[in-house]
Amino acid sequence: MSAHDCGSCSINAELARMGVSLDKVDRVVALAGNPNTGKSTLFNALTGLKQHTGNWPGKTVTRAEGAFAFDNVRYKLVDLPGTYSLLSASHDEEIARDFLLFGHPDATIVVVDATAIERNLNLVLQVLEITSRVVIAVNLMDEAKRKNIEVDVRSLSRDLGVPAVGITARTGDGIHGLLEAVAGVSSGSVHTEPLRIKGTPEFQRAISELVPLIESLAPGVPNARWIAIRLLDGDAEVEQALSSGRLVDLVASQQETAQRFSAKISLQGTQ
Amino acid sequence: MSNPNAVAVLQRAAELRATLTGQFRDETVKSIYAEAERIAGRASHHSGTARYDFDQRIDRIVTSPIFGLPIMALLLAIVFWLTVAGANVPSAMLASGFFWFEDQAAAVFTNFGAPWWVTGFIWHGVFRGLAWVISVMLPPMMIFFPLFTVLEDLGYLPRVAFNLDFLFSRAGAHGKQALTMAMGFGCNAAGIISTRVIDSPRERLVAILTNNFVPCNGRFPTLILLATIFVGPLVPSAVASIAAAGTVVGVVLIGVVVTLAVSWVLSRTVLKGQASAFTLELPPYRRPGILRILYTSIIDRTLFVLWRAVLTAAPAGAVIWLLANIFVGDVSLARHISNALNPLGHAIGLDGVILLAYIIAIPANEIVVPTLLMVYLGTGMMTDDVSLEEIKRLLVTEHGWTLLTAVNLMLFSLLHNPCATTIITMYKETLSLKWTVVGTLMPLGLAFLVTFIVASIW
Repeated sequence: MSAHDCGSCSINAELARMGVSLDKVDRVVALAGNPNTGKSTLFNALTGLKQHTGNWPGKTVTRAEGAFAFDNVRYKLVDLPGTYSLLSASHDEEIARDFLLFGHPDATIVVVDATAIERNLNLVLQVLEITSRVVIAVNLMDEAKRKNIEVDVRSLSRDLGVPAVGITARTGDGIHGLLEAVAGVSSGSVHTEPLRIKGTPEFQRAISELVPLIESLAPGVPNARWIAIRLLDGDAEVEQALSSGRLVDLVASQQETAQRFSAKISLQGTQ
Repeated sequence: MSNPNAVAVLQRAAELRATLTGQFRDETVKSIYAEAERIAGRASHHSGTARYDFDQRIDRIVTSPIFGLPIMALLLAIVFWLTVAGANVPSAMLASGFFWFEDQAAAVFTNFGAPWWVTGFIWHGVFRGLAWVISVMLPPMMIFFPLFTVLEDLGYLPRVAFNLDFLFSRAGAHGKQALTMAMGFGCNAAGIISTRVIDSPRERLVAILTNNFVPCNGRFPTLILLATIFVGPLVPSAVASIAAAGTVVGVVLIGVVVTLAVSWVLSRTVLKGQASAFTLELPPYRRPGILRILYTSIIDRTLFVLWRAVLTAAPAGAVIWLLANIFVGDVSLARHISNALNPLGHAIGLDGVILLAYIIAIPANEIVVPTLLMVYLGTGMMTDDVSLEEIKRLLVTEHGWTLLTAVNLMLFSLLHNPCATTIITMYKETLSLKWTVVGTLMPLGLAFLVTFIVASIW
């Protein structure tokens, strides 16, 4: 797909909102972010769906799915529950984490509140540990401007090693640029080098020893490095998943799970 | 521990963990925070703090321990007052228009020689049910829903949760229950779905079982109509609509008190446990988008609720017409049933017809008042003038309603069992027949108890 250099094709690229027509999509894009950063607003702007948005955290309680096409590529967009992190055992964090690990998104948009970059970055850094195909959408740029906050998205992009685009989802500002970045990252034509914690030499040694062990235990596991870190951290839930064989099952049924979910959730998403 | 290989990997991980410096987890978390701070410091610059201060200054007032709750009650009162004051005239106009049309259509049918029961069933049954539901419900919803959505969009709801948190935690419930309760004002089924924001299963169940105690939008027209007809005239006409709005606020506050009381009892008996702590982010105030508010409130809410009411009103209208027109002996079926229910109705300050209306309206609470009026009217017709005075005359002089009837009907409407949709939602969310039955019968029992007590001491 790298023939698709989006520097040149973007002139004619148009967004087509496709609502819930989820069959025959080419790529899957996940939408993650802290609560109340405007994920659902962006979701609606892209899919043309009218998922109810509200100015209170936790509004989106289920995963919603919708579809859009950009530059003749059809995308399925999965709106994950808003979370502050991916490390706790709460239900919504589990949904978000499991999808990022096993849902095989071709790209993940992490929506960030431009007026609270620092707090939002915690989640961004955790997502970058799981997947490298990430685009940062710095939303609420209009609100930041009103509050006299200047956001340098280029600096953000340089530091995080993934594209960052400033947008205002409510008005549609910057959406086009965001979609170009998503197209590039999901096709692989844009190379990302996500920032990851390096840690001490002992840590690196431990990781490199554990990764092959995990991969042989659960062949095809999408992100053994992340699981290794969680094991070193003594994450009881991940240990549980490994010893009970749930992880192996999850890996084995990834494709199937993704399909089963989409039928169910697309119904819920339109309510 | 089924898989020996997995056990080996876990063991190795534990050994490796020991080789790392002591507080590995703390180190990871700290390095994430440090990294975030460093990157954010480079990428975002803040010049001046005017706007931020402004938000905080408002929050200091609307979430203050002294003013928070009164401001909340005041906002609620304003919303209801606008609804009460604005809905009367269009309601009466819609009703007159519909009934004029009913007369004309029935006359046309009769002229063409249609049998009386065809004309009656279609026009005085099905159509009249629809006409009542639309004229009683549509105007208040068109006013109430946009106003409520403005509050939601503005970011006021989390402040409500903040204000009520101390009450809920003292009742052993989750602070976010205030949010799910607020959603219940729109629709209890939606409120019950929104309890998914509560992580703890115990507290979530408490929120589900008590959501019914805030009147949903289907019940507001009942409350507003009764308050307007019976409470309004008690005061000088200049302040009648304010008194009516105040009454509705009063009923809502009773609902909140009952919610807290029932939560308290549940978390000390069958659902024992402490309230868990949580963080609630107060989002910045945002200027509501007019178009989005109109869309959400008109399409998503008003038309959704109205459509549901219409779907249940048509068959209900048909049932009522049949009950009123099938005679056993000299007396209609409707009269037979309501006579049988009369002793029970009178014991709680209501009557048999009201209870019959509630039974017919189980699929949707919205249609209680229309059902009631249709049963009272029986085969008879309303005169041309379908004003509130006319409705009041019918209720008071012909069917002996008093202020007690109105008060108890409001209480009954507030507390009684949830509608069919809510019951189904409750089952879907809990997947437990037991809790669905509890969530259905507990409010019904409470409604009978409270109205019985009020009727006894009146």
